[in-house]
Amino acid sequence: MDEQLKSELRRQGVVATSLQELYNWGRRSSLWPLNFGLACCAIEMIAATMARYDLARFGAEVFRPSPRQADLMIVAGTVTKKMAPQVVRLYNQMPEPKYVISMGACAISGGPFKQGYNVLKGIDRYIPVDVYIPGCPPRPEALIDAFLMLQKKIDEQYLTGPNRPRHLNADLPSEFVVPEFSAHDLVPTQNSEVWKAPLVNISIAGKNESGRN
Amino acid sequence: MNLEEIKSEIEANVPGCRLEIIPNGSPSGQHSLLIDADHAFAVSSYLRDATNRQFDYCSNVTGIDWPIKEISTKVKTKKIVDGMEKDVDEVVKTQTGGYLEAVYHLFSVEQRQGPLVLRMRTEDRTERVHLPSLTPLWRSAEYQEREIFDLFGIVFDGHPDLRRLLMWEGFEDHPMRRDYVDPDDYEYEPTAHDEVLKRAQAHQAAEGGL
Repeated sequence: MDEQLKSELRRQGVVATSLQELYNWGRRSSLWPLNFGLACCAIEMIAATMARYDLARFGAEVFRPSPRQADLMIVAGTVTKKMAPQVVRLYNQMPEPKYVISMGACAISGGPFKQGYNVLKGIDRYIPVDVYIPGCPPRPEALIDAFLMLQKKIDEQYLTGPNRPRHLNADLPSEFVVPEFSAHDLVPTQNSEVWKAPLVNISIAGKNESGRN
Repeated sequence: MNLEEIKSEIEANVPGCRLEIIPNGSPSGQHSLLIDADHAFAVSSYLRDATNRQFDYCSNVTGIDWPIKEISTKVKTKKIVDGMEKDVDEVVKTQTGGYLEAVYHLFSVEQRQGPLVLRMRTEDRTERVHLPSLTPLWRSAEYQEREIFDLFGIVFDGHPDLRRLLMWEGFEDHPMRRDYVDPDDYEYEPTAHDEVLKRAQAHQAAEGGL
C-alpha cells in the first residue's frame, strides 16, 4: 500500500497497517532497559530517566532488575576484565529480541583506561552492539539520541527474508561465549564471531608527511 | 614533629629495633622512617599506644617497586702508569634497589600531628617478600594491604583476610611491578603513538603484517 493512500485513509479515520509495522511499533515503543550501571556513565543514564530528561517519553522508563524481563542492555561505564564475564552472562540471560547500547568511551574501547591492566578494550569484543555513544560521559541527550536511533533501527527491520533480525533467524546464535579467568588474561580475549579487529594501517603512524620519522 | 626525636624515642622504648631516616630532597621535605620488618609491629604498636604520640589514624598505605638498578659513578684515583703517578678516572658500579616497599602514612588526631611516614622493605622481589601486617593495629590498612598484595605481591603475615582485591583469583602477575608485561592485545589501535605504537607494530609483525 503506498504511503499517500495510507495517510489519506488515516485522515478519514481508517488505520491501515501491516503486521511488520505493528510488530516493530510494539517493540520499539516499550524498550525496557536492564537496571545496571558500571561507572560514571551510569549516573548520566540515571539522569536521563529522571524528570529533567524523562526517558519515559520514549517508552523506556521501566528499568528491570532482572535480565529475564529486559529488552535492552545499556553498558554504561568501564568494563573491567573482572566484570566482563558477568556482563556477557547477563546478556545471555536476556530473552530475544535484545539490544545493546554501548555508552561512553570506556564501553566502546576502554577509553582513557585502554592501556590499563584490568580494562576490557570494548564490550563489542564479546557481545554484538547496536548503538555506540561516544563521550566521557555522554550527556543524557546523547543517550536519548541513541534510543531514537535504536528505535529507528527496529522500525526498519524486516520480519522475513535474508536481512531479518537475529531473533527471527534460528541459525544465528543468541548466546555468546562467556570469557573465563586465566593466569594472565581472559580466555578467549575476544569472540571472533562477534568482533574482528578493523584494519588499521599503523605503518604510517608516527611519521610525518614525507614519510620519515 | 621532629623525626629525629621520634627515632631516638622509639629506639629507647623498643630494644633491638633498627631505624633509619630516609631523607626527602623535595621542597616538602617529608622525610620518612625506615623500620625493619622484625620489629615493625612493636614499633608501630609503640607509636599508636604511647601517650605522647597516639598515632591513632592510618590514612594511607601504598607499595613501591624498586627493581635492581646499577649506578656507575666516576671516582678520581691516583695510579702509577709507566712509572709516573697520574690522576685516573675510575668507574665504580654500585647496585641499588631489588626490593619491594610498603609505605604507611600515620596521623594523630588526638595530638594533631602527622603525617608520619613509615617504610618497610622486603628482602628481595621474588622469594622473601613477607612483611608483618599492621592491620591488627589500624583496621584502615586492611583493604590497602590487600591491594598491595594484589598489585605488588608483598605477603602480609598476620593479615586477617589476605586475598586479591582488584584482580581475580588465579591471576598470577602483579600489575604494578615495573617489570609487568601486559597481555599482547594490541590488534586494534586506531590512534597509536609512542609505546602503544611500538606494541601495535610488534603485534602486527607477529601476526604476519598487513
